[in-house]
Amino acid sequence: MSGIIEQERYTCAIGALQTVVAIPRAVPILHSGPGCGNMIQGFFERSTGYAGGSTSPCTNFSEREVVFGGEDRLRENIRNTYRVLDTDLQVVLTGCTAGIVGDDVGAVCEEFRAEGKPLVAVETPGFQCNNFEAHSLVVNAIIDQYVALYEDENPARSEKNTVNLWASIPYQDPFWKGNLREYKRLIEGLGFRVHVLFGPDAAGVSEWQRIPRANFNILVSPWYGLPIAEHLKEKYGQPFTRFPSVPIGANETERFLRQALAFAGEHGAGFDTEQTENFLAREIGGYYEEIDNLATFLLEFRYGLPNHAHILHDAGYVVGLSKFLLHEVGIVPKEQFAVDGTPEAFQAEIRADLASASDKKTIPLYFEPDAGKAQDVIRGLSHSGRGIILGSGWDKELAKEKDFDFLSVSVPSPYRLTLTTNYVGFSGGLRVIEDIYDTVLATYR
Amino acid sequence: MSEINLANPEVAVREIRLGSITGFGGSAEELMQQSRCGLKDKGRSFSQCLGCSTAQAACMVTLIQDAAVISHGPVGCSSCLHEFAFTYRVNSPLRGIGTPTPRRIFSTNLAERDTIYGGAEKLAAAIREVYARTKANAIFVLTTCAAGIIGDDTESVCDEAEEELSIPVIAIFCEGFRSKVWTSGFDAGYHGIARKLIAPPRQRRTDIINVINFWGSDIFSEWFAPFGAKPNFITPYSTVESLKYASEAAATIQACQTLGSYLGAVLEKEFGVPEIKAAPPYGVAQTDHWFRTLGKLMGKEDEAEALIAEKKKEYLPGIAALREKLQGKTAYVTGGAAHGHALLSILGELGLTAIGASIFHHDPLYDNDAEDADALAASVKNYGDVPNFNVCNKQEFELVNTLSRLRPDVLLCRHGGMTLWGAKLGIPAQLIGDEHFGMGYEGIVRYGERILETLENDEFVKNLEKHAVNPYTKWWLSQDPLTFLEGHKSA
Repeated sequence: MSGIIEQERYTCAIGALQTVVAIPRAVPILHSGPGCGNMIQGFFERSTGYAGGSTSPCTNFSEREVVFGGEDRLRENIRNTYRVLDTDLQVVLTGCTAGIVGDDVGAVCEEFRAEGKPLVAVETPGFQCNNFEAHSLVVNAIIDQYVALYEDENPARSEKNTVNLWASIPYQDPFWKGNLREYKRLIEGLGFRVHVLFGPDAAGVSEWQRIPRANFNILVSPWYGLPIAEHLKEKYGQPFTRFPSVPIGANETERFLRQALAFAGEHGAGFDTEQTENFLAREIGGYYEEIDNLATFLLEFRYGLPNHAHILHDAGYVVGLSKFLLHEVGIVPKEQFAVDGTPEAFQAEIRADLASASDKKTIPLYFEPDAGKAQDVIRGLSHSGRGIILGSGWDKELAKEKDFDFLSVSVPSPYRLTLTTNYVGFSGGLRVIEDIYDTVLATYR
Repeated sequence: MSEINLANPEVAVREIRLGSITGFGGSAEELMQQSRCGLKDKGRSFSQCLGCSTAQAACMVTLIQDAAVISHGPVGCSSCLHEFAFTYRVNSPLRGIGTPTPRRIFSTNLAERDTIYGGAEKLAAAIREVYARTKANAIFVLTTCAAGIIGDDTESVCDEAEEELSIPVIAIFCEGFRSKVWTSGFDAGYHGIARKLIAPPRQRRTDIINVINFWGSDIFSEWFAPFGAKPNFITPYSTVESLKYASEAAATIQACQTLGSYLGAVLEKEFGVPEIKAAPPYGVAQTDHWFRTLGKLMGKEDEAEALIAEKKKEYLPGIAALREKLQGKTAYVTGGAAHGHALLSILGELGLTAIGASIFHHDPLYDNDAEDADALAASVKNYGDVPNFNVCNKQEFELVNTLSRLRPDVLLCRHGGMTLWGAKLGIPAQLIGDEHFGMGYEGIVRYGERILETLENDEFVKNLEKHAVNPYTKWWLSQDPLTFLEGHKSA
């Protein structure tokens, strides 16, 4: 799992500083080399948030700190962060330099916590893991070092109809803001109260403090984020239900919501069944009104539409989009590429999930973090008809080479701006359709 | 004076080689004077994210048409390089590249295990794999903090691979922690290129002038025509072959000396290519002087005078007209060293008053040791002193504080991320990415027109100001902006 990588689609552990940036009024403090923050900013682009990017404090390791250690420098920088920046939560993240030198960052932060500062330390040297995995490290560190301080006012599992949602990884999923908003709207529509914790629809640190109150956790993920759900199970006895792929369109969204409902039922939550059924019926009805209206175009457009797709994305999107394209758009998913460094232990389950998409068709799936290699596979393929690639900015050139359509749906991508668009849910499915055919129709001039 | 030793795998960072600094508060003239008599750097007791050498080195090697790049480190150390792939593709028409090829950018993806057992074997395997995949004409290997601290012998691995593959495999030592002056990364990139790519000259050509630059528009083909020469662009859009014979050019010029300082000096001292040591052509006085210096070097002084006269006739009336409109307006400049100084000269020429500047670092003198090449000195001499002159490596907290006090009419930036704070404060802000945009007499006109446009169209920033989010504390915004700079009164 640590071979070379061409055209990286994720970044290293310290990239999880974006997990902090996504919490309203929180600030990441980097104890790292001078370029780490800049690299992460360059990877995600337009990702500054409240106090990320050039605003984030950083000790900017120099030769001196490498030789003598950087704890004093960190202490000074934290102290002055409190004077310069107005924030509710501070999270220190370490880079390779601090990691190799062996600074005791935990002890430095403990000093400030003893003074009552909401300061969390987490070790994220780049060589340790990637940002998919480090996202869980950061969240669990906040739970242990911050949320735990508020347990008295927030008894574990004290609200039967409240859930914590762990789904899109902020910034690594370019649609995270819109997705979390849509998850929240849908799950609230069923009658839950939801902590989404990240982004404009989260209430900030007060919502984090209330994490223990939730009855259970909902995890939407093929593999990442699992340590968070497991940690909360152990710490607060909260069970969790996991939906393994990103629910896009009507089939999977309904399945996802019914799974959550059933799980809630098993764990003592109470719902007004008529209300939840009415909500689902309205959502599904609205969705199919659009598909009905669109079907003529999809079936009859005479000037060429893509008939097959290759997706390069994280495993959750690869499976979610494949199912959606096949059943709800009529585009056949061909060879697919999970480029998220999926751990081997999860691969069989993900293959089975994708295989469940069709009993007629086999969709070849590659787990390949070396996306340059994945591209070479696509280069060597030839299917009849017009193809479309759903991937990151790197894939635009490949699409041109193959004379395929291209839709930018993953990071890094300098070719698309995403603000609050969502791809999950019923509305997300419709948006994917709009985006695909906008791209296709724009080729006619 | 800096030493050049191409036998050494590494070039010393700017702090050591040139005595460059990243912390200073005072006036431009004070800085200039101190630069001549032992300038001392000042640290900060609060700091924000900088930027590092590896990205700058990458910037100079990724855009070579037929080379591949390997970042020897964890995957994060090459995270932002996709931006260079975008730049290469988007700007290729400016350099006549019809079908830009994809950039080949790799990471050795160092993991925890490698920090214990070393990453050298992994690197050796990576180089083989990259060559098999790309058939590149040269492979660059960029070092990172992790590779540097664990002590991988990158140089030997590259040398062995070079022998095996029979193409140049070039180690570039650009670990982030080595320097607070990220432009040290440019020097590291050029050092590798000079050591392994540039060949001794077979002849001296009078029809080629090296241009060390980024990826701006080609203004030089027209400028050099009267001198009977064409530009040889280094390094974006160059090829391994065109770099090899940069040693045969008649001269080297620089768009920005803080970029090309080291390579310009190496080309002169090691390969005999004379460098134009005048400050670059920004503002009328510097442009006159620069063309004359070029004419003299090319043995075409009459042609230089004719060119100057012709261009002045064409552009001076436009400059005068702009000056009338801009006279009395105030401006603040933030940018890298030499280019920030260039902007000050342009402002001076256009009649604006520079009421402050935040320049990312300062080199007392460049590698050529020539006072005539000092762009800041030229600007002060021609257009006067600049107060509130800070040397500050993108420390946003200082910039925000300063801008909220000075409130200039316009903010001119040269590096990404800095315009935001002008806009949040309702100050019209502009960033011009093309470093050739403001060069020469015509550049002053172009720049002046853009400043007018920015001043005129302030509706967006005025609206943003009303709704801007500001994470800085009231306490901080009421302090002296240099509070955290060493030696200033402590807060």
